[in-house]
Amino acid sequence: MTTDKPFKTDNDDMEAVSTEYRFSSAAEDMSGKRSEGPWKSTSDRRKIVQAIIFNIFRVAAGVNAIALGIIIFFMVVNGISAINWTFLTQPPTDSMTKGGILPCIVGTLSLSIGALLVAFPIGTASAIYLSEYAKPGRVLRLIRLGINNLAGVPSVVFGLFGLAFFVTYLKCGVSILAGALTLGAMTLPVIIGASEEALRSVPDTYREASLGLGATKWQTVYRVVLPAALPGILTGGILGVSRAAGETAPIMFTAAVFYTPYLPSSIFDEIMALPYHIYVLATAGTEIEATRHLQYGTALVLIGLVLGMNLIAIIYRAKLRRKMRA
Amino acid sequence: MATISRQFKETAMQRFFFLVALASITILVMITVFLFMEGIPIFEKISIKDFVFGKYWYPTSDPPDFGIYALIVGSLSVTLISSLISIPLGVMTAIYLAEIARPGVREIVKPIVELMASLPSVVIGFFGMVVIAPFLQNVFGLATGLNLFNAALMLSFMSVPTICSISEDAIYSVPTNLKEASLALGATHLQTINRVVLPASISGISTAVILGMSRAIGETMVVLMVAGGAAMVPESLFDPVRPLPASIAAEMAEAPFRGDHYHALFATGIVLFIFTLVFNLIADFISHRYRQTGDATL
Repeated sequence: MTTDKPFKTDNDDMEAVSTEYRFSSAAEDMSGKRSEGPWKSTSDRRKIVQAIIFNIFRVAAGVNAIALGIIIFFMVVNGISAINWTFLTQPPTDSMTKGGILPCIVGTLSLSIGALLVAFPIGTASAIYLSEYAKPGRVLRLIRLGINNLAGVPSVVFGLFGLAFFVTYLKCGVSILAGALTLGAMTLPVIIGASEEALRSVPDTYREASLGLGATKWQTVYRVVLPAALPGILTGGILGVSRAAGETAPIMFTAAVFYTPYLPSSIFDEIMALPYHIYVLATAGTEIEATRHLQYGTALVLIGLVLGMNLIAIIYRAKLRRKMRA
Repeated sequence: MATISRQFKETAMQRFFFLVALASITILVMITVFLFMEGIPIFEKISIKDFVFGKYWYPTSDPPDFGIYALIVGSLSVTLISSLISIPLGVMTAIYLAEIARPGVREIVKPIVELMASLPSVVIGFFGMVVIAPFLQNVFGLATGLNLFNAALMLSFMSVPTICSISEDAIYSVPTNLKEASLALGATHLQTINRVVLPASISGISTAVILGMSRAIGETMVVLMVAGGAAMVPESLFDPVRPLPASIAAEMAEAPFRGDHYHALFATGIVLFIFTLVFNLIADFISHRYRQTGDATL
């Protein structure tokens, strides 16, 4: 049985041969064949251990895919039967035990678009500062710290903040406006992150060429860097919208209500929203078991909306990255 | 003349972008201010010590009890148990993606992890409620499937993508020459990962783990729907719990505006906010203090 240090078990009298052995064994290791000689079992064992552990890693990665698959599978199988034209275009009826989810769809769309209107300009401008203007130092460190910590604030705390500041202090009331502002504050770090990545992936030669022609920094940013980074920035926008669309806790106290028969007519109206509707039906509805199919249906619509937007952004971004590399 | 106005415009633009970039900090500061403004009044009725370590949370009884000890224990236990699942799973997936997977496989699995991250939390909570809870109830013969274990399982869904994608970045950015040096010395791929790649990227992986746990402790909808909601210190894996965010989300709607209960919920929010802030500051500290700078990290 050889040990982990095979050279010690070597024949002391044949140094040259052992060197040769070493080379040949390494060469055969690389080509994946079984090596021969005194190291055979060590090499085999190392390979077997490696194969076992790599397969464990492979399984771990597979577990994620399977988990995502199972969730989507359950939602589709149970939800697809609930989805039809009436479901998508009618308000709920009979104390939300029948009818559709139109107000929720409208509510979620207006909230997430509102959040984008808030976060997109601020996020992009922040990213421009971080990538084009900022110089390393304490100020930059502080700004980054702020962004990272904002990204880590729990969603329910955003809800509390929205309630205390937008709803109460600024007197927006429970409304689309308050909800969109709260969601906007929450999606800001997502948009900053994506925009900054997009800006940084613009090659420096672009900037140098523009500056070399006598353009100012701002002209360079506006005419050269931004257009080149725009697709990536827009991808970040899509990711931000989808994040806002799926969130529940921030809108619970700021925008969403159990039930309203009306579609919103202004940004000061309170609304229904898909995620909150799922929560309400599943936990506090009048007939939780009887409305199961409506819950699955609503969840499926929400997943379709969010994952659809994400899938578009991911595919688009992969294409952009490939183009950048080429 | 033209140069002056050009220069003026330049400075103005730079100032403008700087001011906008301060927005994130401003929001963070305002969150702190308003949380404290609405939360502090409860401490006129009850001491901070009694609030944090008080064993009973009966906000609506008369006289009410505002002790969030059981809620804190609930939050911590759910987070710890979920990290037992999510840390190994997330880090192993990251190693697989960065080191082992063929480029083709990587390009499929990576988006899957990103899609996992984008699943709305309410959907995961719903899934835990209608699929996992009945399953647990039948298999283990429990009184309720809505419990600590179920919540931890669903929470790991939320933190695996965070842990995985940040770790993967760290592992992927280990310089190739380090790996090549190790392989050239005759180490196997596994030995290289174990003794070279992981030590070189440990700061990134630690950051990932902490941010993942921070995500888990702050996650609301999952624990609101799945954790069972009993405000007591859990004694077993299958006891229902009531983590901090669940308590806030469930009770805020019925708490009278600016009453004691309302202030107590904001104070609960302060505690939660401090938890995540500390997690995030530690993560930030690690990633800056032990920054990966090529060969120097080893």
